[in-house]
Amino acid sequence: MSTLDSLNLTRIPADDEALRTEVRAFLSDAMREVPAHIRAKSWSGYDPAFSRELGRRGWLGITFPKAYGGGGRNAFARYVLVEEFLNFGAPVGSHWIADRQSGPLILKYGTEAQKQFYLPPICRGESFFCIGMSEPNSGSDLASVKTRATKTDTGWSLSGQKIWTTNAHHCHYMIALVRTSGEAQDRHKGLSQVIVDLSLPGVTVRPITDLSGDSHFCEVFFDNVQLKDDALIGAEGQGWEQVTAELAFERSGPERLYSSIVLFDEWLAFIRTPQGRTPESVRLAGKIVSQLAPLRAMSVAITEKLTRGESPVVEAALVKDLGTGVEQLIPAAIADDVFSRESQDIPLELLHTLNYVTQVAPSYSLRGGTRDILRGMIARGLGLR
Amino acid sequence: MDDLFSDALRQLLDDQCTPAVVRQIEASGDGAALWVQIDSSGFADALVPEAHGGAGLVLQDVLGVMALCGRYTVPVPVAETMMARSLLAHAGVVGVPHGSITLAQGQRAADGSLACAGVQLGRVADAVLVSDDQHMWLLSTQDAQRTPASFVLDADVHWSAQQVTAGLQLTQHFDMRLLLGCINAAQLSGALLAVFNKTLQYANDRVQFGKPIGKFQAIQHQLSVMAEHSFAAHMAAQLGCASDTVVPDRVRVAVAKARTSEAALEVAALSHSIHGAIGFTHEFDLQLFTRRLHAWRQAGGAESYWHSVLGRELVDHRNGLVLDLIRSATDVTA
Repeated sequence: MSTLDSLNLTRIPADDEALRTEVRAFLSDAMREVPAHIRAKSWSGYDPAFSRELGRRGWLGITFPKAYGGGGRNAFARYVLVEEFLNFGAPVGSHWIADRQSGPLILKYGTEAQKQFYLPPICRGESFFCIGMSEPNSGSDLASVKTRATKTDTGWSLSGQKIWTTNAHHCHYMIALVRTSGEAQDRHKGLSQVIVDLSLPGVTVRPITDLSGDSHFCEVFFDNVQLKDDALIGAEGQGWEQVTAELAFERSGPERLYSSIVLFDEWLAFIRTPQGRTPESVRLAGKIVSQLAPLRAMSVAITEKLTRGESPVVEAALVKDLGTGVEQLIPAAIADDVFSRESQDIPLELLHTLNYVTQVAPSYSLRGGTRDILRGMIARGLGLR
Repeated sequence: MDDLFSDALRQLLDDQCTPAVVRQIEASGDGAALWVQIDSSGFADALVPEAHGGAGLVLQDVLGVMALCGRYTVPVPVAETMMARSLLAHAGVVGVPHGSITLAQGQRAADGSLACAGVQLGRVADAVLVSDDQHMWLLSTQDAQRTPASFVLDADVHWSAQQVTAGLQLTQHFDMRLLLGCINAAQLSGALLAVFNKTLQYANDRVQFGKPIGKFQAIQHQLSVMAEHSFAAHMAAQLGCASDTVVPDRVRVAVAKARTSEAALEVAALSHSIHGAIGFTHEFDLQLFTRRLHAWRQAGGAESYWHSVLGRELVDHRNGLVLDLIRSATDVTA
């Protein structure tokens, strides 16, 4: 398959790399007092004030045109920012979805009025979005969604239910994949995307507590929610194509490599001490670097394709499946390292962080498409389906 | 430059380095005819400076050539000679003999003799460029004592003190494991792609239960995993060769050799699993590739050797975030 040798080593352009110094100086200061087990929440960490500060510094919507309050930069600039945010464990969850995919979606498919309305507050870190895809009976089989928007005289009436919606309880808007015509058996036909103001009457948001005790995802109910005409984003009936394009942005970024990186660095600090350093731990550290480095090069190469307007869907799936594998290896292997020593004098903060990451690691290969879905997409790319 | 060079070599190998030729050389240990074909086309002089009659390329230009040596299971030391002639030219040696040269790390005994274990392609090479931690020697294999090593074309080689003295001695020395690691990462990336393509083809052709086995989800997912490893290995090999001189970077080679070796193990196992019994036969070509996946995984340091190299760099010689080591290994012009 040509895809396999299609990615060439690419350097992040110097102009974009130059952002790193500034953002690192800010993060070194801002994150100094935050313990590792909190920083480990990374893009699940929620802090609206932090998001507003990033917006004030021009670091949100950096790829959006300046006319909408953005930075007018390319995908490499965002790559540098996000790579630093994640490695420092900055609480970027509030604006994460809006900055990564809702904003770009509105930019690509929205009307001029929609862009003027939604994008500037996203860039200021004042407007947060969530993604309404999964439903109780539509997980991996996303095309079977049943939530329906029915045409009315003034717009749409929305009824149904979404689930596993990250941060819905903290968000202002949801971009939901809904059925606007046909029935569930029509599959990809008749689906559309609508922007739902979550403060409207008829919307109910209920957080779901996860196994670590956090409540970062929710179920969201729609009971005849009255939407205006302009809630439709993109073309009616084109929802499936729009969602597919949106997922390409979601699968190849630095967030598919660095979800456990705060834990790794906390452990690294321990094995850099005389009491923490063992030959086995040194070797393990090298093993993880040997897996992360090619993945980072692949992820940067995919970013280069995105800057050229390509949509490298299969490459992104390959990177996400491998990347989440390393992210899950990190807590498993570090636990084996620290709990196989004679001395059990392990720093408590390292253990707290390890415990947290061990608990949330299963989600890495669920969010944005399960392993099995990704491998099916790769197989399709190989011509096997 | 890279593409022109690679395209020319691909054509030559298509004609001259068929599986039948590879089998015949493995059986006889005589690669002279194939070597002459390749050497007379100038490929082995790719890294020699133009002033010395070479093509004057740098490492990042020849990844394609080295990967092709893997993809065609080339049974003579093309990549090794390329590197050896470059080192010799840069050391100021003129009139390097025409034959093939492989690379080896050795240890000189108290009596002045020199022994190298498991010399890559030592059975077919005309000479070996040997380094210890002080000197290098260019030594003919003609009269050396050669005994079989684990891979069929490799050999344990022993030179008497007299033979060592008669050879060319250089005052420089070089970490040959680094060079072999770089070469074998590149060869592995080519061989991995070949194995992947062959297995994909087989899964499309082989019919069981009334349909090609590639239609079964279990097989599809195994092929997807093979694709992931081959894909990552391709990028890792690019990192290993990312140098605008003829000398590779140690951290990047560590990443490259560790990752391609890890991929070799996974891909070899999955390819045999999908091929079933036919892939296990001498007659079927898969074995030409999978035996080399294992051989090249081992030679020049298997993954744990390079993991330790990387780990020591990170733990003992760097401060701050692991990201900064990852960045310095990957954010390179190539």
